[in-house]
Amino acid sequence: MTENIKKTPLNSEHRKHGGRLVPFAGFEMPVQYAGVIEEHMAVRTAAGIFDVSHMGEIEVKGPDALPYLQKISSNNVAKLADGQIHYTALTYTNGTFVDDMLIYKYDENHYLLVVNASNTDKDFAWCQKNTDGFDVKVTNLSDKYAQIAIQGPKAQAILTPLTDVDLDAIKYYWFTEGKVEGAECIVSRTGYTGEDGFEVYCKPEDAVKIWQAMMKEGEKYGLQPAGLGARDTLRLEAKMALYGNDIDDTTTVLEADLGWICKLKKGDFNGRDVLLKQKEEGLKRMLVGFEMVDKGIARHGYPVVDNGKEIGYISSGSFAPYLKRNIGLAYLPIELTEIGTEFKVGIRGKELKAKVVETPFYKREK
Amino acid sequence: MYPANYLFTDEHEWLDVDGLEGVCGITDFAAEQLGDIVFVELPEPGDTFSKGETFGTIESVKAVSDLYMPVDGEILAINEDLENSPELVNSSPHEDGWMIKIAIKDESQLEELMNSKTYEKFVEDQKE
Repeated sequence: MTENIKKTPLNSEHRKHGGRLVPFAGFEMPVQYAGVIEEHMAVRTAAGIFDVSHMGEIEVKGPDALPYLQKISSNNVAKLADGQIHYTALTYTNGTFVDDMLIYKYDENHYLLVVNASNTDKDFAWCQKNTDGFDVKVTNLSDKYAQIAIQGPKAQAILTPLTDVDLDAIKYYWFTEGKVEGAECIVSRTGYTGEDGFEVYCKPEDAVKIWQAMMKEGEKYGLQPAGLGARDTLRLEAKMALYGNDIDDTTTVLEADLGWICKLKKGDFNGRDVLLKQKEEGLKRMLVGFEMVDKGIARHGYPVVDNGKEIGYISSGSFAPYLKRNIGLAYLPIELTEIGTEFKVGIRGKELKAKVVETPFYKREK
Repeated sequence: MYPANYLFTDEHEWLDVDGLEGVCGITDFAAEQLGDIVFVELPEPGDTFSKGETFGTIESVKAVSDLYMPVDGEILAINEDLENSPELVNSSPHEDGWMIKIAIKDESQLEELMNSKTYEKFVEDQKE
């Protein structure tokens, strides 16, 4: 099991800070340091720093970069300005997910796709397979980048003295290139926590000094290293999808309630026919946010039941540390997806009540 | 660190025996391994379980674990405080975070449990 497990350049930092390391997506990653709840609260109220070096980066270059990306991605890439980023789905021809990803636009001939670690090889293979007829070069740069996310209301204050980049000038979902702690980086105002914050992409050999500089500068602000555990609860409160839980190759982009990244009018793309048909005929099921009414935590994979019959499933579920409620996401038959509708979850032989609620569960004050 | 008068199971439950009654919880080691406890599901007084049977579940933010009966017995009382303060299991695993009080059915089963010294060594071996 442990052979071939990769380490990020920050592995020694995680050990130094008491990180509990677990195998995740082929990497040895910290699931927690001080504790999931404490780390979660630090991100909501001060700041947290995450090693996300395991994420994949795929570069797309060439004169046909735009039409190529328009074919493989569901969002409208033509809408991106230079230096802008958007969230999108890498779709199969049946409208389901190869993966979800961010697209960074440098210019019309140059883009960077940021994908899930567990899917990098699969995504890269899929991207290559789709290049027929396009003058593009697709390169897997995942080993060339380390990535550190600094998230929370104090993130900007911590990063400011460490960089020559004008952080005020970076709007939400935009990026720029510049120096952090003297090293060349990509700095984007993005994240997976529902907070303001930045993601810094650097060369692997620069990761430790950037991490250490952030930790030092962040000390007076209450910055804490945060692991995969907090990353999961933070993203869930913000209702950001997790591949393998809420979205995968059995769920379509529309079923996942991601219509806003599904631009059916932009022209053809992989899966458009299926998605268009789904839209016209109406969905049979959809992903919704819920809150437990009865005591209990509905977790990934638990069934949604009606008189003993399975009618849907929980895709994600947890105690929400900031909201202090038991929340989750579930695929429900469309007739049960109205806000306020009650349904039952099968938890260890019992049928416990939950209800559909508005999402995101948590929205930061701007 | 582990109370000298308690007995322990290899599933990391402790049992504080007083005559034919015992109070049971999970050890500091188990609580630490689980992380932040957010939900504890306990049985009803009057329920009976055999040794090794699941009497409840404990959930951290990340995971669900079963709770195992240390010896055959009947539930006399449960720790009601855990319903609203499951974090007591983290902050005070050997005292305020107790889970059930049981009537011990077969005293001879106590001999199969570990004392605190043996348990401490057992935990050290697990950490390897």
